[in-house]
Amino acid sequence: MAARVDAIVIGGSSGALEALAALLPGIGSPGTVPIAIVVHLPPARPSRIPEVLAARAKLPVREAEDKEPAEPGIIYVAPPNYHLLVERGGTFALSDDEALHFSRPAIDALFESAADAYGGRLAGVLLSGASEDGAAGLAVIQRAGGVVIVQSPDDAVSRPMPEAALARLEPDHLLPAREIGPVLGSLT
Amino acid sequence: MTDLESLLEAIYRTYHYDFRSYAAASLKRRMTAALASFQVPTLAALERQIRDEPAAFTALLGYLTVQVSDLFRDPSYYRALRQTIVPYLQTYPSLKVWVAGCASGEEAYSFAILLHEEGLLDRTQIYATDINPESLRLAQEGVYAVDRFTKFSESYLAAGGTASLSDYYTARYGSALFDRRLKKAILFSDHSLATDSVFAEVHLVSCRNVLIYFDRALQDRALGLLRDALCRRGFLGLGSKESLRFSTHAAEFRELVPEERIYQRL
Repeated sequence: MAARVDAIVIGGSSGALEALAALLPGIGSPGTVPIAIVVHLPPARPSRIPEVLAARAKLPVREAEDKEPAEPGIIYVAPPNYHLLVERGGTFALSDDEALHFSRPAIDALFESAADAYGGRLAGVLLSGASEDGAAGLAVIQRAGGVVIVQSPDDAVSRPMPEAALARLEPDHLLPAREIGPVLGSLT
Repeated sequence: MTDLESLLEAIYRTYHYDFRSYAAASLKRRMTAALASFQVPTLAALERQIRDEPAAFTALLGYLTVQVSDLFRDPSYYRALRQTIVPYLQTYPSLKVWVAGCASGEEAYSFAILLHEEGLLDRTQIYATDINPESLRLAQEGVYAVDRFTKFSESYLAAGGTASLSDYYTARYGSALFDRRLKKAILFSDHSLATDSVFAEVHLVSCRNVLIYFDRALQDRALGLLRDALCRRGFLGLGSKESLRFSTHAAEFRELVPEERIYQRL
């Protein structure tokens, strides 16, 4: 079956690591598209998120670097204190523009730029979180014709983020985290 | 040509500021923010406004460039400079340091303080450059909101500061003004890594979180310019998430403190 999407973007804040731990094992190896993740985190110290996720994922995980091409089969995580953006042509870019929703990296910045870069051939996943970051970005992905997936608030440690998305759009899939992995697999 | 490209072309032709090779994704986000603030519906309308009104362009420059940084941002960078680079710098009878993309001056004052504490400031000329005249004016004033100094003090100490940050400024009416002895070591001036050329030979260039805003071609131009400005065995410090890895100039430098992105020109 032909792939539906060329890239996957995922965002979350509090409770997102738990959700990713349930979601990532469901994505098989070798992967066929790049996966970029923004998880809100404190700016100061080096992030341990790549190691934490690597323990769960079947795919390699690393922090995205500026001007790095987004390669299929690799999970990229936004570095602390920078926004992670995707340029047209599928390379990553970092920025230290001001925080959005009190967060840098911000999910909206990743989602909106990825929608520009990949158009409708993008899947956006919004997970557990305590802010409203990501809802606007998910709406942009939907308008561009991409696939929109939201973690069910009942399955989320923290409900506001998925609820903010549901208040402004109807997702293609509303699922517990562990069921999102196989759906992503079927899209790629 | 997209509306964004058309706007950048008009800015270049009218005002000779060249943003055409800036990384598009973040530029687009900022221009979306500018539309809301200028209360115009489209990039085409913004383009008409800035063509007609130089004052509108001056205001737009604030959206096109990042203006705020922190004192001793990433303290481990400054600690590495103290420990690893200062011993080399001490061997020179006079020093030139270039802070490229200085925004409103925080990094330049951080360098002045560090070099003062290492006994080098009296023989150092710091050049601090930016493209935004308003940022340069603020940097030259050296006045910052005093409520930022709690964080600045923590960073100063984490960066290996040997005194107290309050030794370097006078606080008054909610503002902190840096001392003259720091200011007189810094020459703030207008310079573009996109369109200008080398203006001095320097021993150390610090260019942090500037290259991330450039596309690959402009990154290469800028890095070529920084290399040409450096004396042989001179030092280059980049932002904590910037590297020479994807640059054509990678082979012209060696990694001196890889985790802090400090390089030495070969």
